[in-house]
Amino acid sequence: MDVKLSGATASDVERAAVATVLGPEPPQAGRVVRAGRAQREQRHLLLPALHALQDSVGWVSRGAVDHLAERLGVAPAEIYGVASFYHLLATEPQPALAVHVCDDVACRAAGAGALLGQLGEAVQRSACLGLCDRGSAALVRRSGPPGERIDVAVAPVTALQVAGFLGGEAPPELAAADIPPPQAGKPGLRLLRRAAGEVITTVDDYEAAGGLAALRRALEQGPDWVLAEVKAAALVGRGGAAFPTARKWEAVLRAPSRPHYAVCNADESETGTFKDRVLLERDAFAVLESLAIAGFATGSEHGFLYVRDEYPLARARLQAAIEALRQAGWLGAAVGGPGFAFDVELRRGAGAYICGEETALFNSIEGRRGEPRNKPPFPVESGLFGQPTAVNNVETLVAVLEALRVGGSASTKLFCVSGAVVRPGVYEVELGTTLQALIELAGGLQPGRRLQAVLLGGAAGSLVGPSRLDLELSFEAARAAGLSLGSGAVVVLDESLDLSEVVLRIARFFREESCGQCVPCRVGTVRQEEALRRLFSGRPLGSREDELVRLSDVAEVMRDASICGLGQTAAIAVQSALRGLS
Amino acid sequence: MSAELALSIDGRDIRVAPGTTLREACQLVGTEIPTLCFNPNFTAANACRLCVVELEGARTLVPACSRAVESGMRIQTASDRVRHSRRLVLELLGSSVDLSLAPDLGELLREYGGRPERFSEAGSATVEQPVKVDNELYVRDYSRCVLCYRCVQACGVEAQNTFAIWVSGRGFEARISTEYDAPLPDSACVYCGNCIEVCPTGALMFKSEFDLRAAGTWDEGRQSTTTTICSYCGVGCSLDLVVQDNQIVRVNSPEGNDITLGNLCIKGRFGHQFVSEPKRRERSS
Ligand SMILES: Cc1cc2nc3c(=O)[nH]c(=O)nc-3n(C[C@H](O)[C@H](O)[C@H](O)COP(=O)(O)O)c2cc1C
Ligand code: SF4
Ligand code: SF4
Ligand code: SF4
Ligand code: FES
Ligand code: FES
Repeated sequence: MDVKLSGATASDVERAAVATVLGPEPPQAGRVVRAGRAQREQRHLLLPALHALQDSVGWVSRGAVDHLAERLGVAPAEIYGVASFYHLLATEPQPALAVHVCDDVACRAAGAGALLGQLGEAVQRSACLGLCDRGSAALVRRSGPPGERIDVAVAPVTALQVAGFLGGEAPPELAAADIPPPQAGKPGLRLLRRAAGEVITTVDDYEAAGGLAALRRALEQGPDWVLAEVKAAALVGRGGAAFPTARKWEAVLRAPSRPHYAVCNADESETGTFKDRVLLERDAFAVLESLAIAGFATGSEHGFLYVRDEYPLARARLQAAIEALRQAGWLGAAVGGPGFAFDVELRRGAGAYICGEETALFNSIEGRRGEPRNKPPFPVESGLFGQPTAVNNVETLVAVLEALRVGGSASTKLFCVSGAVVRPGVYEVELGTTLQALIELAGGLQPGRRLQAVLLGGAAGSLVGPSRLDLELSFEAARAAGLSLGSGAVVVLDESLDLSEVVLRIARFFREESCGQCVPCRVGTVRQEEALRRLFSGRPLGSREDELVRLSDVAEVMRDASICGLGQTAAIAVQSALRGLS
Repeated sequence: MSAELALSIDGRDIRVAPGTTLREACQLVGTEIPTLCFNPNFTAANACRLCVVELEGARTLVPACSRAVESGMRIQTASDRVRHSRRLVLELLGSSVDLSLAPDLGELLREYGGRPERFSEAGSATVEQPVKVDNELYVRDYSRCVLCYRCVQACGVEAQNTFAIWVSGRGFEARISTEYDAPLPDSACVYCGNCIEVCPTGALMFKSEFDLRAAGTWDEGRQSTTTTICSYCGVGCSLDLVVQDNQIVRVNSPEGNDITLGNLCIKGRFGHQFVSEPKRRERSS
């Protein structure tokens, strides 16, 4: 690497922020060139270091980039490339206080449009913040010294409140946003068993609630027993792709290359999706216990939990749970006694939906731009740091615990019901429950409202009309209907909404979230949004039919030739709406 | 040989050695797969998707430039689906990027019946931006950039190991850039010109070529190429000198040379002014 430093220097505050992540500066840094292995081994701390800068000074300055370049042996151009990739990192000076207000589908259905209209340019508009059951939602952040920082999600939020935050009023406490799911107190809950109750904060309370029994049993019985149980449960991944979990774990366990990694994908950024947040916030110990089991069953010593940065409460509770489990000997050099070493590192996303794609997530943890990799090779063979990796969704992991606890098949699933229903929230239902029954469980439509459509599976899912209310919510039935349960998002849209606005918002989501790596998606998502704008405003380029041809042409190349699932699904909802709702 | 893998390409059965890519296998049966981001000297970037082919049983098309042959694959290289995706990739590029100095892509657009203009009206997004002329050696005209990643690869771990440029931003806003978009003289660039060599669209261009084009006097009809050896150091890299009107207007490094692999340093690439020094000409004549 040739380095030409800009002459801009990092301030003492910036250097101190970096040191909180990389450790104290080696003597005479800047004169003695620290190169080679020791430096490269810290490469993966780039994103945490960028976060430290953003948190303390509100942006990533050129002097700070040069300083990081010296400390990590990564070129300034690449660090800039990484920092400028993420929406929640700034590469220009920003006011210390930032309010991000959700303008995505579910919040708009709850009236966020009016709120945003009142607030205008004072706030930053954001894609779904994962608080759709309580929209409108906002994320309030202030950079500064640790004592002055703010990082809290607020929902529901009013324009008056936001104006107050901007004027210096303190937002509510982190935990104020924590309310139990609507099924609290109902018998028979499995995945929501603990999440629907009091939040557990100590290892003792967790054990008293039946926690750690599955991990104990796994340690006694061995990895093959875990694989057999998970296989018997016929558990398929809840992150969207519905891949059999046991097959994934077995492939990693048997992969000859060492080390192996177990990763929990808690990036949950799909529009209308918030089930993982509820589990992370209200059942953090279980997520970690299951990740340790995943580590045990895949021969991994190191786990990562990658949480989207818009979930500050989840992050705080997970970090506390990690520390408590370490203290109690359930994470670390000897998990539950000698023989199994496993520890977990919490990593923050930085505002990028694409980082939920498993290989983009690996790149993000490695300190690179969150660009997906070409597959094959698949993660089970070459994943995080190029090693065999088992990556699983939060709900999948919690379902593993249930499978080990009671056996039998993993027959329930979480759905995130939002929009025009009486009781929005996360619901656990038997797979095969109809869409109608799920909406009724959520109290049905609000009085006086009539159903227009449901956004099923989020932005990457489909818009389905009222004629599909009898759809059975199972992986097989959805597939047979040409649909997908996706992330479990169910955004209920009533007739008062302009569906073309919804479709446009989804198109804009993909345009803004495309990583930009491949042509079909980078340019296709732009052309798709442009064509829809023209179409809906009654000013088509050529005829209306020309626009429809253009849209379906773009849809086809995105589906067929994009590198990853983002581009491959970016036209599904749009096309389903254009066909007059599937 | 038992280690060979059997596959079928457009109905023709062939056997290839393990590790062969689909693109290479296609070449063996005489089918050229169009590529854009692919460079034989680099790890495949897999970014443009121009090279996609249809693999029976796969949900999506697959990139021929990088996908390794597996036993039993059945490949279609010219199906409607394949031709559609290639045409759209070309149209999407053509509607957002200035391809006027990328004759190969123009050719492919004609071959695939692409009409980029059907995606363009006054308000359509493009990557248009002012040319960056910030040094005497080469210019960067990112209005012509297809984001093929080749320059980043050339500057980085695949060749030069300088890391002066990287991809910044994201989505349609992604651009090749130095840190904070600093001018090249303030960046780590060492002017090896290896990025210019690999750029397929003329986005990176010798200042000499840029000036002649601006003056309207660039004329490939009046140019000749002379292969010679760089006279500076003991490595002895091969040089292709492109000469117009007795002036060197650009210096290439033969891509197929298996020592230099298309690379040079600033001296070989740009340090040729001495050749046209009047004194030297006198002496050598
Ligand atoms: C654009 C995109 C975003 C994704 N986001 C997430 C996510 O936020 N959480 C998640 O678990 N899986 C997400 N996935 C799916 C993951 O790539 C991966 O399949 C999943 O984490 C595997 O876990 P599972 O087998 O437990 O479902 C996403 C996929 C794509 C293409
Ligand atoms: S499909 Fe989109 S998000 Fe995925 S790699 Fe291509 S550009 Fe990036
Ligand atoms: S001239 Fe050489 S050093 Fe400069 S950007 Fe190009 S490849 Fe990198
Ligand atoms: S400047 Fe040229 S080589 Fe670099 S990405 Fe753009 S088109 Fe490719
Ligand atoms: S939080 Fe607003 S749509 Fe999800
Ligand atoms: S040539 Fe294969 S993806 Fe670009």
